[in-house]
Amino acid sequence: MNPEKVIFGFFIVLSLTLNFGFVLGEIDNPAHHHVYELFAVVVVNLIATILKFGDRSQMGAVLLATSLVAILQLAAAMLVWVMAVHVNEVGLTNTVTASIVSLSAGAMLANVVSVVLLIIETVMLRR
Amino acid sequence: MNNIVFLVMRRMRAPLLTLVVVYAITVLGMTLVPGRAPDGSIWHMDVFHAFYFVSFMSTTIGFGEIPYEFSDAQRLWVTFSIYVTVIAWLYAIGTIISLLQDKTFQRAVAERLFARRVARLREPFYLICGYGQTGQALARALIQRGQHAVVLDWDEQKIAMIQLQELPEYVPALAADASRPLSLKEAGLPHSCCAGVVAVTNVNETNLMVAITAKLLHPAIKVICRADSRDVEANMASFGTDEIVDPFETFAKHLALALDRPCLYLLQRWLGGQQGALLEEPVYPPRDGRWLVCGYGRFGKSMAAKLSQLGIETTVVEARPELTGEPPEGYVHGRGTEVETLIDAGIHEAVGLIAGTDDDANNLSIVMTARQMRPDLFVIERQNHAENRELVAAVQANMVMHPSAIIAERIRVQLGTPLLANFFAHAMHEENAWACELASRLSALLGEHVPKVSEIDLDPEQAASVVRLLEAGVEVTLGEILRDPWDRQRSLRCMVLLVERTGQHVLLPGEDFALEADDRLLVTGRDSAFTRLAWNFNHDAALEYVRTGRTIPQGWIWRHLAKRSG
Repeated sequence: MNPEKVIFGFFIVLSLTLNFGFVLGEIDNPAHHHVYELFAVVVVNLIATILKFGDRSQMGAVLLATSLVAILQLAAAMLVWVMAVHVNEVGLTNTVTASIVSLSAGAMLANVVSVVLLIIETVMLRR
Repeated sequence: MNNIVFLVMRRMRAPLLTLVVVYAITVLGMTLVPGRAPDGSIWHMDVFHAFYFVSFMSTTIGFGEIPYEFSDAQRLWVTFSIYVTVIAWLYAIGTIISLLQDKTFQRAVAERLFARRVARLREPFYLICGYGQTGQALARALIQRGQHAVVLDWDEQKIAMIQLQELPEYVPALAADASRPLSLKEAGLPHSCCAGVVAVTNVNETNLMVAITAKLLHPAIKVICRADSRDVEANMASFGTDEIVDPFETFAKHLALALDRPCLYLLQRWLGGQQGALLEEPVYPPRDGRWLVCGYGRFGKSMAAKLSQLGIETTVVEARPELTGEPPEGYVHGRGTEVETLIDAGIHEAVGLIAGTDDDANNLSIVMTARQMRPDLFVIERQNHAENRELVAAVQANMVMHPSAIIAERIRVQLGTPLLANFFAHAMHEENAWACELASRLSALLGEHVPKVSEIDLDPEQAASVVRLLEAGVEVTLGEILRDPWDRQRSLRCMVLLVERTGQHVLLPGEDFALEADDRLLVTGRDSAFTRLAWNFNHDAALEYVRTGRTIPQGWIWRHLAKRSG
């Protein structure tokens, strides 16, 4: 058992599940999407990204790339949230909620790719 | 580049993770701990403001409590947060700083910088492997001639020395093992401007490896190697190393030349010496009589062999024959530093003595003891370390053999003026009297300092005017050109030693020698003569004047006036 693999697998799967939990629900209903969930997704995703820093293998590089994509999507989602709630003070309208959720849904797709890659790598190792 | 990024990222992983976790906890805490709004209602900070507050708190310990004054519960949490985040930041910054001081990291950065500087070179350069005494002398000589060098040596201290030596030009240098092909590649071996590789480390195997790598990766370039044993020499020669220098063999040849044809040896010392040094006095090692050879190492062996080839008898003095092997004709046991040993070896009947051990102190002692017993003895001393130069000069041996200097000189000639090597190859066929005459002509011409020796190509770049005349079908002779462009009655203080034309060599061409385009001249003379020669070669009016004595009009108006009147 490789502890590095366990830790990374844990964080990447956790970020996928949290992300899924955040996206789940009606896309434009703010009551279905909680800010703490988004916060947790961001933190866990950041950790998963940093864990891939300095990994020189091919798979490590691809996983770093997908994690960076997820981070980028989530950052955009957060930015929309902050702009709507604090800067423009329009509140979480249906449109704003929809765009936040769709952006984080994109992040979820990147996380799905990460997890699939992880599974492929595990299967190919056959140990 | 990649190496550096990966190194930084790998090392920063733990501190960054710590920062993320600490930020996450403190931000979360800020949003959960209740505060009180001015109207008295319970108020919770939202995630955005919590992140903002934690960001500036952790780096500056705060601008104050915003947007409302904090409750005591919040203050408690902030107190805790301050300590955690400050520690996390200190950890991250400390890691970065220790990374910058890390040897591996610094090496990676230095290597990267070196490779980039070498890749940017746009003029021919020589790659010198080994920056010992030989490498240093060679690098200095190359740069003084206006050539460029790149240096490799495994010893970091020697590389660091380059900065202290104040060479007139920047020399890219890297501390790396020259026997690794990767280091050679980084040092510019495959570079199109790499003109040659010189392997002068003190390890034979490394030199061999460098030669093989160079011949395989860049077959077109010149490879010059130092070899201290016959085995390695034969091995290097087998795959086409261009020049192999064995200092002991080289000096043995020098001695044989000095014994056989002292004038030719003198010429070799003069023309091959470092420009500007004082010309050496001629030496006349005695031929008739017995020589003592103290020390039967690599040097002693090649000297004894050379002397017996010339029919001169030798007596070998050796302290540890079990290490060096016994000479076939027997030996006298001892170091040669004691009076008894020297008497046993027959110093009173001998004419010459060679102090050839690998220990400078012993050599000095041998020379001093021998000199006390026989002030008239001809003494050759082997100098092992450059630092002992003054001591060796003080005992005033008749000849000094310094391996590093000999190799540096040979290679300098090979790289700077390969025609000079050809010149000596031809001169070997001449009588001693020929060399004596040339030596006296040279000393009359040049004074008492080692002259400049240089090659001049008759091509449009180095001799534009001459080439123009030659292409127009005009005959130009050497005698016409070697005249002072200020007063054509005076001849220039320089001499053409050799002319190379389509692979053929003409030794000491006379005044009426007719030049042809693409000839290559080996010229020696004073610096000032070379400046004036360049005028003759490249300036139409100067060339016309030295050839015919006529001054041709140069300006447009004067040319027209001259045409009209002519």
